[in-house]
Amino acid sequence: MILLLMPIIQIILFGFALTTEVKNTEVAVLVPTNDDATSRIIDKINASAYFDVVAKIHTTSEIQPIFRDAKAKLVMVFEDHFAERLRETGKAHIQLIADATDPNAATSFTFYASNIIASYQQELAGPVANPYQIIPEVKMLYNPQMIGAFNFVPGVLGMIMLLICAMMTSIAIVREKEMGTMEILLVSPMKPIYIILSKITPYFVLSCVNFATIMLLSVFVLKVPIAGSFISLVVVSLLYIFLSLSLGLLVSTMTDSQQAAMLISGMGLMLPVMLLSGMIFPVENMPVPLQWLSDIVPAKWYISAVKSIMIKGLGISSVLKEVAILSFMSLVMIGISLKKFKIRLE
Amino acid sequence: MYAIEVKNISKNYYSEKSGKFAGIGVNPLLLEESTNNNFSNEGISFDVEKGEIFGIIGPDGAGKTTLFRILTTLILADSGNASVDGFDVVKDYKEIRKRVGYMPGRFSLYQDLTVEENLNFFATVFNTTIEENYELIKDIYQQIEPFKKRRAGKLSGGMKQKLALSCALIHKPSVLFLDEPTTGVDPVSRKEFWGMLKKLKDQGITILVSTPYMDEATLCDRIALIQNGQFLKIDTPKNIISQYKNKLWAVQSDTMYKLLTDLRANELTKNCFAFGDKHHLSIDNEQLTIDDLKEIIEKSGHTNVVITEIEPTIEDCFMQLSQV
Amino acid sequence: MNNIPQIKSGKVITAENLTKKFGHFTAVDNISFEVERGEIFGFLGANGAGKTTAMRMLCGLSIPTSGKGIVAGFDIESQTELVKKSIGYMSQKFSLYDDLKVWENIELFGGIYGMKDNEIKEKTDELMKVLNFENERDKLVGSLPLGFKQKLAFSVSIFHSPQVVFLDEPTGGVDPITRRQFWELIYDATSKGITVFVTTHYMDEAEYCDRVSIMVDGRIEALDSPKNLKKQFNATSMEEVFHQLARKSTRKAD
Repeated sequence: MILLLMPIIQIILFGFALTTEVKNTEVAVLVPTNDDATSRIIDKINASAYFDVVAKIHTTSEIQPIFRDAKAKLVMVFEDHFAERLRETGKAHIQLIADATDPNAATSFTFYASNIIASYQQELAGPVANPYQIIPEVKMLYNPQMIGAFNFVPGVLGMIMLLICAMMTSIAIVREKEMGTMEILLVSPMKPIYIILSKITPYFVLSCVNFATIMLLSVFVLKVPIAGSFISLVVVSLLYIFLSLSLGLLVSTMTDSQQAAMLISGMGLMLPVMLLSGMIFPVENMPVPLQWLSDIVPAKWYISAVKSIMIKGLGISSVLKEVAILSFMSLVMIGISLKKFKIRLE
Repeated sequence: MYAIEVKNISKNYYSEKSGKFAGIGVNPLLLEESTNNNFSNEGISFDVEKGEIFGIIGPDGAGKTTLFRILTTLILADSGNASVDGFDVVKDYKEIRKRVGYMPGRFSLYQDLTVEENLNFFATVFNTTIEENYELIKDIYQQIEPFKKRRAGKLSGGMKQKLALSCALIHKPSVLFLDEPTTGVDPVSRKEFWGMLKKLKDQGITILVSTPYMDEATLCDRIALIQNGQFLKIDTPKNIISQYKNKLWAVQSDTMYKLLTDLRANELTKNCFAFGDKHHLSIDNEQLTIDDLKEIIEKSGHTNVVITEIEPTIEDCFMQLSQV
Repeated sequence: MNNIPQIKSGKVITAENLTKKFGHFTAVDNISFEVERGEIFGFLGANGAGKTTAMRMLCGLSIPTSGKGIVAGFDIESQTELVKKSIGYMSQKFSLYDDLKVWENIELFGGIYGMKDNEIKEKTDELMKVLNFENERDKLVGSLPLGFKQKLAFSVSIFHSPQVVFLDEPTGGVDPITRRQFWELIYDATSKGITVFVTTHYMDEAEYCDRVSIMVDGRIEALDSPKNLKKQFNATSMEEVFHQLARKSTRKAD
């Protein structure tokens, strides 16, 4: 059944929901002087499917917080007395400040924005040769060199940890059940909690080593700097590792065969991470139900936290939301798995 | 106090595979083909004395493993209660798990650890060391000691058995549960294994062992014959044999297959089964003598007919009891 | 037609210096024997003595390192497919598909061996009658008790009337009555001319065989009728014979 449904689901998902096209990008506008030109441009931007104007700010000091708090990905700063300058000198400037954490997206939406501005320019001129020039200046924040790796390093971290911790842990525990050695371990003075710990520990260590390796490679080979506090990164990662281990434990309580454990970890965990966590396809562009689904995927919160810390250089206080959610998920998972772990064979 | 005490235990579970109910001590009407309608609904009960070798003898699917799992606290019975060394299998399972040795049906050892590593592992799990109880396993372990650096997965069936037994004994258990330890192993290794069990009994260890091989029954102190989840009989092998109804004759001729069909067709005989190079014939007719029968058979064209009265084997008893 | 080797009449299996090596390890060491048509040939030996390897070569499942083998008139090295078509096989590990019905299994295997539809139908009806399985015809094989399964599996293995059927420990764990019923099926098959090549750990079953060979460390150490073997080794049972021979084994841990 699954084999027949899979292609259908995938076509629908990829066709409609998962797209790398950048739509509904949140924009904030800084308009020192409100006039007809700025209003017109802002209307056009807002009307476009690609943008959503979410805030109007009045001072440059408000720009940083917008990016920091991820309220918008693009800030358009109009020159003061925009319309006046345009009419009098024939030239005016608009600064487009983009969050280039995802360089591909940033390139896309700055391009769209520039196009919209150009179309306004065209509007003004009419059929005559265009005397007006509105010059967009693009500034890419956080990732000035537009390194693609910025985007996928957090994604890779999220995926690898999940793979190692969840899948391998669940397989290891289920293997004991399949081989029959679990029976002997149960009929022994060893407390079940030790059985669990002994299975989890090697993968915990492995994940820590992997984390270190990925960090080293990212910084020195891919030149992705760690802009924020490394300690925060470690704390958040440890939390995520812990969560993945408990997911693995949960999967192991659900099945008695290694194959099933692998399938569940693969389909139930890896696939959502790849598709819905935002590591490849931007979450903002997904239909709302999928966005809710994405909220359940722990990797999404982890990746978002890592991006904030690593690339935006923010501290732990900015990712409190993610930390809280990840902690909550961990506690729930651990609680359920411990309860479900059977001290008997059935 | 008995080493093992079982009272009215029954366990009923639905087998996905067969689409039927299976279990032990359960109303046979719920189980697969049961020909015996005299079974009680009260579940299974029996006791094992300290230092006894108690055998559970019966074919696959009879319920042996279920019983073992209940006694080793791995599954819960539906009704009844049981105790091992005075500890209840449900309430005091932690205590039982500290003091019993268990060898489950398959060779449940770590295939990719060496012989030595496996032994060390289990010793540690039971909070002891190999040296502490070495005397107990010496006889057995010495046979595999030359291979102690070899991975457990690469041993032969007989060797794996010996290793599994050593691991089960390493903490000097008071009761040893062996679930089909000799299945699939050649007759010579089987014999050796039972020799080892006898020596363990001398050390005061109670042994509950299950096997489908009827000839191993005589090596136990007492046995329980089990079929379709019910005990057919519980007694010493000797007593069971002496309680066999009917006379039993061993019959031979030069044409064994024809002999089988002829004997069965004869109205004067009760049951006839092949038993290797002789057929076992059960007679409930008081008047029929061996000479009479010999004449009848020879008349049908058999040559070299030999008939002797024999003592029944456990297998004969099992077959009779399971047929009633 | 020219490729079919000349076989001595009446010999269904001929093994000549069959050897199988895995690297440095010689699993089967130069064995030679013959099996007559309609014989029940017992193939005994401890685990690891080389029985399974030898059987696989004879079934066309494994190519010998050296030596020759002819089964049902076909060479086991160069005509493996023809060998497979002419034999039946049943092992303890696998016999039938649990989630197919009784008649579906029969139809499947009949088809695999190239039997025609009406032949399959006719023989199925016959088989159901003989085994007393008429009520079980539509049941899933997985729901049958072990004894029924074994009997059915055997019947399926000879359904296509092969010249020889290879049985790998067919009666393990089965209750005594069913075990004997199984052997009665074997007797019946041999009376129809099918040769039976069987391995077993039950020494009493060795007695049902016409001849028995005992493998130790890859070599055949004894080959004769049970009667003669017992005389030769001064033993009262096949178990004693086996015991005496197995003690000579040096291959203790493999």
